[in-house]
Amino acid sequence: MEENKKIKNQLTKKDIFQTFIFSNFQQASFNYERIHALAFCVDMIPTIKRVYKKKEDQITALKRHNTFFNVTPAFCGPVIGLTSALEQAKSQGEDIDISTINSLKVGLMGPLCGVGDPVMWGTLRPILAALGATLALQGSWLGPVIFFLVFNIVRLGIKWYGLKLGLSEGMSLVQELSGNFLKKLTEGATVLGLFIMGVLVNKWTTINVPLVVSKTTFNGKTTITTVQNILDQLCPGLLSLGLTLLMMYLLKKRVSPILLIFILFGVGILGYAIGILK
Amino acid sequence: MSTFQIILVFLWSSIVGCGSVLDEWQTHRPLIACSVMGLILGDPIKGVVLGGTLELIALGWMNVGAAQSPDSALASTISTILVIVGHQSITKGIAIALPVAAAGQVLTVLARTFTVVFQHASDKEVEKANFRAIEWLHFSALIVQAFRVSIPTTLVAVFVSPVMVQNALNSLPEVVTGGLAVAGGFIVTVGYAMILNMMYVKYLMPFFYLGFVLSGYLKLSLLAFGAVGLILALIYVQLDPQFSKDKVQSSSAGTASDTELSEDELED
Repeated sequence: MEENKKIKNQLTKKDIFQTFIFSNFQQASFNYERIHALAFCVDMIPTIKRVYKKKEDQITALKRHNTFFNVTPAFCGPVIGLTSALEQAKSQGEDIDISTINSLKVGLMGPLCGVGDPVMWGTLRPILAALGATLALQGSWLGPVIFFLVFNIVRLGIKWYGLKLGLSEGMSLVQELSGNFLKKLTEGATVLGLFIMGVLVNKWTTINVPLVVSKTTFNGKTTITTVQNILDQLCPGLLSLGLTLLMMYLLKKRVSPILLIFILFGVGILGYAIGILK
Repeated sequence: MSTFQIILVFLWSSIVGCGSVLDEWQTHRPLIACSVMGLILGDPIKGVVLGGTLELIALGWMNVGAAQSPDSALASTISTILVIVGHQSITKGIAIALPVAAAGQVLTVLARTFTVVFQHASDKEVEKANFRAIEWLHFSALIVQAFRVSIPTTLVAVFVSPVMVQNALNSLPEVVTGGLAVAGGFIVTVGYAMILNMMYVKYLMPFFYLGFVLSGYLKLSLLAFGAVGLILALIYVQLDPQFSKDKVQSSSAGTASDTELSEDELED
């Protein structure tokens, strides 16, 4: 197989656009058995319809794409594009094994999830949502509007460009993706995401322990020192940091998030009742 | 609530339900779901404030792979209705939203198990190369997700009266509501921890602690911190010896995995 040989694109603009629209419904039939299998099959329909005219060919093509698939939705474009390019090449008589198509599909799932999850859910969404929420807390509609517009413009851009990239680059995309670019993007997003998480842990977690440690009267002025005062002098936000690290540990131990939320609820009520939390 | 409002509540919560499975347009995030719900119910400001409050709590709630997180969709729609219709405070909204998020999570698991039926039905249509039916099965599975949110939400909108909400919430003792308000301040850590665990890279964790220390002492806006973080990220990627120096070495390391991949293909 010659990797650099350009495959003649058989898809019309309408086919590509339809594939793009379908790819925006990647999780419509999300199910625990095969996750996005049916979605991927549907993504391939415009291609299959265009390049395979015999019914048997269509059936075998549909069958091989109605199998387990799972990638961060925003990053599904490159795989869909590449698979479409391979199907087109195969229909043009290129010697492409079905197992090649399958192994490339499966092989790209890992790296694309590896970059998609931290970029979308670890960096882009939390930062924009936190920004939007700050505005929203003051009653401003700019909050939800900015979050909605910016997130979706970026998401649609990644999806469209990713799809086009997969279609035009074909096999050389695999080399491109397994090169440094994805690694750089993942690492950069992780640095930004972790930094902002550190900021948020301190900025937006409120724990106050008004427990009085000492009461001193000097020159008629009474100074009350609470646990919180002492902790703040050490470093602001220490309790928030400790609690976050504890939650990370418990989540790693497979305690469910909703259980942790209810436990913290209980801690809040109990602490408030005894007077050590306010 | 007028009939027209109830229809809008049904339509919007259907969109929120679709959004919660698609995870594309983010209509299921509290920031958007609560705000639009508030607009429908005639109190857009309260909706936005509640949306912002819940968004911070739910910041890290995400579905990665097949793992399910608490459900922000149902929590947003129902809590907005109860807070606005029952004239309740934002704090009480949090107290309503969290149990609903737990219930919503159970419904999500059920819905995503039920959609296996659509997957199996598609296998039969694939055998016949019936394109239209395959597409229809894929898109109609969304109805399950829409109903998952819109049916409970609309039931609450129709059957719950302001007096009921007030009676139920006013009967909560002060210790509980005060405690919930306190807990609302630090429940956010669960969401932060979910994100941090997903992104956890040991050698990059200093950036997390840097953000933590800086925000304790510097009174910068979030946008400013975002810019600082972005600059740090760019500098780090530029300086990372993995990418910068020894271009030859790193590219040969990069192609090592490539050749492995293409070798696999050749074997196949």
